[in-house]
Amino acid sequence: MLSVVSGMMTGVTPTGSTALDPAAPGAVAAPGAPRTLDAYADVTRSDAAFRAFLHGLPGVDQVGAEARAAQLGTRSIKTTAKAWAIDTAISMVDLTTLEGADTPGKVRALAAKARRPDATDPGCPPVAAVCVYGDLAGVATEALAGSGIHTAAVATAFPSGRASRAVKLADVRDAVANGADEIDMVIDRGAFLAGRYLDVFEEVVAVKEACGSAHLKVILETGELRTYDAVRRASWLAMLAGGDFIKTSTGKVSPAATLPVCLVMLEAVRDFRAATGVQIGVKPAGGIKTTKDAVKHLVMINEVVGPDWLSPDWFRFGASSLLNDLLLQRQKLRTGHYSGPDHVSVD
Amino acid sequence: MSPFEYAPAPESRSIVDLQPSYGLFVDGEFTPGRGTPLTTVNPATEEVLSEIAVGTDADVDRAVRAARRAFTRVWGPMRPADRGKYLFRIARLLQERAREFAVLETLDNGKPITESRDVDVPLAAAHFFYHAGWADKLDHVGLGAAPRPHGVAGQVIPWNFPLMMLAWKVAPALAAGNTVVLKPAETTPLTALLFAEVCQQADLPPGVVNIVTGAGDTGRAVVEHPDVDKVAFTGSTEVGKQIARAVAGTSKVLTLELGGKAANIVFDDAPIDQAVEGIVRGIFFNQGHVCCAGSRLLVQESVHDEVIASLQRRIGTLRVGDPLDKNTDVGAINSAEQLARIRELVGIGEAEGAHPWQPAGELPDRGFWFKPTVFTDVSPAHRIARDEVFGPVLSVLTFRTPDEAVAKANNSTYGLSAGIWSEKGSRILSIANQLRAGVVWANTFNQFDPTSPFGGYKQSGYGREGGRLGLRAYLKES
Repeated sequence: MLSVVSGMMTGVTPTGSTALDPAAPGAVAAPGAPRTLDAYADVTRSDAAFRAFLHGLPGVDQVGAEARAAQLGTRSIKTTAKAWAIDTAISMVDLTTLEGADTPGKVRALAAKARRPDATDPGCPPVAAVCVYGDLAGVATEALAGSGIHTAAVATAFPSGRASRAVKLADVRDAVANGADEIDMVIDRGAFLAGRYLDVFEEVVAVKEACGSAHLKVILETGELRTYDAVRRASWLAMLAGGDFIKTSTGKVSPAATLPVCLVMLEAVRDFRAATGVQIGVKPAGGIKTTKDAVKHLVMINEVVGPDWLSPDWFRFGASSLLNDLLLQRQKLRTGHYSGPDHVSVD
Repeated sequence: MSPFEYAPAPESRSIVDLQPSYGLFVDGEFTPGRGTPLTTVNPATEEVLSEIAVGTDADVDRAVRAARRAFTRVWGPMRPADRGKYLFRIARLLQERAREFAVLETLDNGKPITESRDVDVPLAAAHFFYHAGWADKLDHVGLGAAPRPHGVAGQVIPWNFPLMMLAWKVAPALAAGNTVVLKPAETTPLTALLFAEVCQQADLPPGVVNIVTGAGDTGRAVVEHPDVDKVAFTGSTEVGKQIARAVAGTSKVLTLELGGKAANIVFDDAPIDQAVEGIVRGIFFNQGHVCCAGSRLLVQESVHDEVIASLQRRIGTLRVGDPLDKNTDVGAINSAEQLARIRELVGIGEAEGAHPWQPAGELPDRGFWFKPTVFTDVSPAHRIARDEVFGPVLSVLTFRTPDEAVAKANNSTYGLSAGIWSEKGSRILSIANQLRAGVVWANTFNQFDPTSPFGGYKQSGYGREGGRLGLRAYLKES
């Protein structure tokens, strides 16, 4: 029998709202499915098999996905929830500098900020990682020593990925040798768009091997893939190839991270874990500049994949200017009034 | 549990100036009613909101006389462009006072503030804007040059979308040059009475809009009044039949928008994540108090388990609680009576052998609430596959081939709406052509727009509302 509570004159007027079943997003979607990666070993046996598999994934309706993302963006996150969200978002930031003009001095300054983002408040959590080009990974690692903050390096001929595989792999090994414990690679979008899925897959496999113990984030560059169907296929490709994270963008192509793209990628990691038991992280990068944007992403994690992903181990923001806005909003919550840009450090 | 607990984010109710009692709005003024007043409550808390006058036959007669006077002397002879100006003014006032209307609608109806804020009130304003534009272009509705209004329109509306249904009725009637006597639902009269204030604020001539509150007897008096020329009703099929009988043999023109048991058809090539969103929107939007709700899910057997598992996961994320909280997805059932009916039909579904499922979680312990419910293993013979529940209860049936999907979808005494989920455009067009439903949504559900005609087949009623077809119901050839 159903247990239905209502109509009683006891109890109190409801205040606020609660999710009916907070554990629901983490539930296994396809009961009885084999929860092992082995079940998918077969799909990469040939170009044809891989194409059939990727094209057999359910399509994404663009209008529906964008409407769902917009709907999640209307959640009203206030007071204690906002404070929790801001601190969590800060702890998820991959503080990034990827300029031709980067120098050891610039990287050391960024590392100092990563350790202690808000000089006025030691209670402010550190960020997750500092993200730099591979040649500066050594500088970053040295400056971050003992902090627990990771050094992420972009590699594989970032951002275009237009180089031979040998050069890309050398790029990865060099960054790892310089101390990077996280590698942000780019997929070969040319090969992907030309339909050579197995080539792209094999390259990710090779990069993963070159990473050794370093974590691999696979950048799909969704702004060049253009369709959500392609984003879903590229997500599955990267996850099957052994990526630890899937990441939206290099930040060098517009549009970079958008909420609907992040939604489709979150659905992919959710379905992948349900099917294989393997959990993959997600990193939107580029274009997330405000606290409001960051909170919308956290709401999306909470309601689409569940709290298992609400940690820097499983979700990152690739950003630079976002951090200062988070700090300003954090100061506002703490003091009750807005300060100005001079109250946070320039990068 | 999630570490990310959303703090309460209630919309303030201080914007609403609730009166302890309300009269009838007749001939431009609030006047007492002669019936025994009734009370309207907040279904989320059972708190009494206000006392509402009840119109008797004599009160309705007074309202119809006022409407007739206004039609003959003011509204009928007025330049069409000037009628349009009044409608534009009303539309703008609805927008200006949108928050007030949204909060009041949520208090009186129990629906989440996000729905009244983002759907009901904006759509109500949109209907007035749309029809305001038509007021001086009636030559183009398709009835030849200079079509004429019927005269006095008697309108009876339901409690599920109180303000929006008012707009669907009042806006086209006024644009076409008719005057109106409207009876709101007995459990949700407040936004109609606030609308009466807007009519005063807009300086609408007295008698053009009259609002007579009350229950079934008042509605019957409106429909049966001999000087009413046009009757429009939205509500249950049972009452619709009574009205059709009452109107038969008179010169009154009638449109009925009644119940439904819409099929929402999910093919195996559907975009599954979006289909699940559409299923949720189809049946849990407005607590399922929607005549076009997608209450019968027809899912292809080959994707049944996957779709149901995703659907259950998604339902668990719905947020229930204070309807004024901006994060609430599922609000209160509108009345104790409706809650009893939902429980009765759910009990019948269980007894018939269908398999019920509800998410974990608690409901508020005061007010009228019902958990989102999914019945699987439903047969087309079960009553929960045939009767309109008008609540958050989904019946899941399966099919194997497109032909079977069409046959099962059409196997209903209703025919108001339907949904199709498929990535294959040609299939969507082919299935849509075979469905006997007034509205067919493709890869979406429960989308409304004033330009789009809405109405049903079979026992879902006749006539259309919205668009050119809807406007024609308020006009005759000259």
